Amino acid sequence: MRQSSIIDIISPVMAGPSSSHTAGAVRLGLLARNVYNAKPDKVTFKLYNSYALTGKGHGTDKGLLAGVLGFSVDDERIKYVFETPEAQEIDYHFEFLQDFNRHPNAVDFIFEGGLNISVSGDSVGAGEILLTNINNFSVNLNGKYNTILLVYDDKPGVISKVTGMIQEDNVNIASLHCDRSGKGKDASMCICIDGDLTKNCLNAVSDLKDMYIVRYIRKL
Amino acid sequence: MNITTFRQLYYTCKEKSKSIYEVALDYEASQGEYSEYQVRLQAKKSLDAMKEAIKTGLNCTEPSPSGMSGDDCDKLQKSKVNNILGETPRKIMKYALATSEQNLRMGTIVACPTAGSCGIVPAVLIAYAEDNNIKECDQINALITAGEVGRLVANKMALAGAVGGCQAECGVASAMATSALTQMRGGTVKQIINAVALALKNILGLTCDPVCGLVEIPCVKRNPFLAIHAVTASELAMADIISKIPIDEVVDAMEQTGQLMSPLLKESSQGGLAKTKTAIALEKNIF
Repeated sequence: MRQSSIIDIISPVMAGPSSSHTAGAVRLGLLARNVYNAKPDKVTFKLYNSYALTGKGHGTDKGLLAGVLGFSVDDERIKYVFETPEAQEIDYHFEFLQDFNRHPNAVDFIFEGGLNISVSGDSVGAGEILLTNINNFSVNLNGKYNTILLVYDDKPGVISKVTGMIQEDNVNIASLHCDRSGKGKDASMCICIDGDLTKNCLNAVSDLKDMYIVRYIRKL
Repeated sequence: MNITTFRQLYYTCKEKSKSIYEVALDYEASQGEYSEYQVRLQAKKSLDAMKEAIKTGLNCTEPSPSGMSGDDCDKLQKSKVNNILGETPRKIMKYALATSEQNLRMGTIVACPTAGSCGIVPAVLIAYAEDNNIKECDQINALITAGEVGRLVANKMALAGAVGGCQAECGVASAMATSALTQMRGGTVKQIINAVALALKNILGLTCDPVCGLVEIPCVKRNPFLAIHAVTASELAMADIISKIPIDEVVDAMEQTGQLMSPLLKESSQGGLAKTKTAIALEKNIF
């Protein structure tokens, strides 16, 4: 486990009142925004458990929307986000649910627009977050690394091809997480990298046969 | 070399004849993640945000979204009752309330170490610095000292009420605050480390039982209480009073206490203050 640093202890500068329920919510929204990577027409937020029960008092709903709109954790507009011009440009609503199978601070983002994507995540404490699911594929994203997310036909050799291209780009892979919906069906790959991938490399990966979704998710 | 315990920190300071913040900065740089400059820059940014939160909080009486609090700092400022503690401790209480109330209003604060305990370190550090003309660079050094204390505790246990109760949030904030204060008062490394041990030792077992699940009751008023707790620890340590139990063992005891604490008392709002008759009535009013 990575040890904490002094910087973790004496920061972040954030809008209160809770690191998990406010700052964590903004960061979940920001990372989900990076996943969607476009302006959605409509967003549905599903808040679970503690997020649903105490979210309003902690401004969790405001934080999630502010994150999706691209506001940072210390943005003073978070408190008034529902009244901002940015918020008027999208259609959004909130649902408050209970599900014991989910984390105490769990949320789903359902993005609709040019592309429909669902993203699920948890606020795991002290402002740290984890995206756990994108379009029903399990992922493991904490926003600390630039990440390539791929959904493709489950065939032999794809992992080797993709990691080879990343190696040619002279980029180090920090972690690799694979999943699939079934043998020979859809598969997903989530690659966290040190540094940044070039556009050429990303294009080459996108041009591979049988790639359905290629997303480059920037770190927070 | 790895610095993961207060013992290692103490001997490194002694060996190199350096202060805690100097050793801490060297250590951060040696870890390769952040340079000394980056740490100082964040400390300056955090310090500025802390001062801003105090300034805004002192002049605000807007209630929190739940309506349960927001005017305590104003009441203390207007109080005409004779002050038995002296000017600086009174100022520390005001600053702690000002920051905590800003936090409730969704104002900008510094989670140091957490949002619920955000009033403690700034109140002690800034009130003392103002009343004693401490230079900004020495304030930054004091904040880095506090950060190092928090870091060493965080390496043993998560600084979250859900894991260790309030001892892990406001308790650790108070230990951090006393280290910053003792540093600014010219305390030795030994005195600083003893102040930390004394502060932590005397909050063991503090539970996290927030009413309605909000960072509000008892969190807001707990900030001035534990800010003054930091002053007591510094005062004793500066008189060379020693914690008979060494700090690393106190941290182990705190971790064990956190594990033994019932989950009902760890940020779940299922026991303690959160389940009192009045708390249940408040809950019905708010939600």
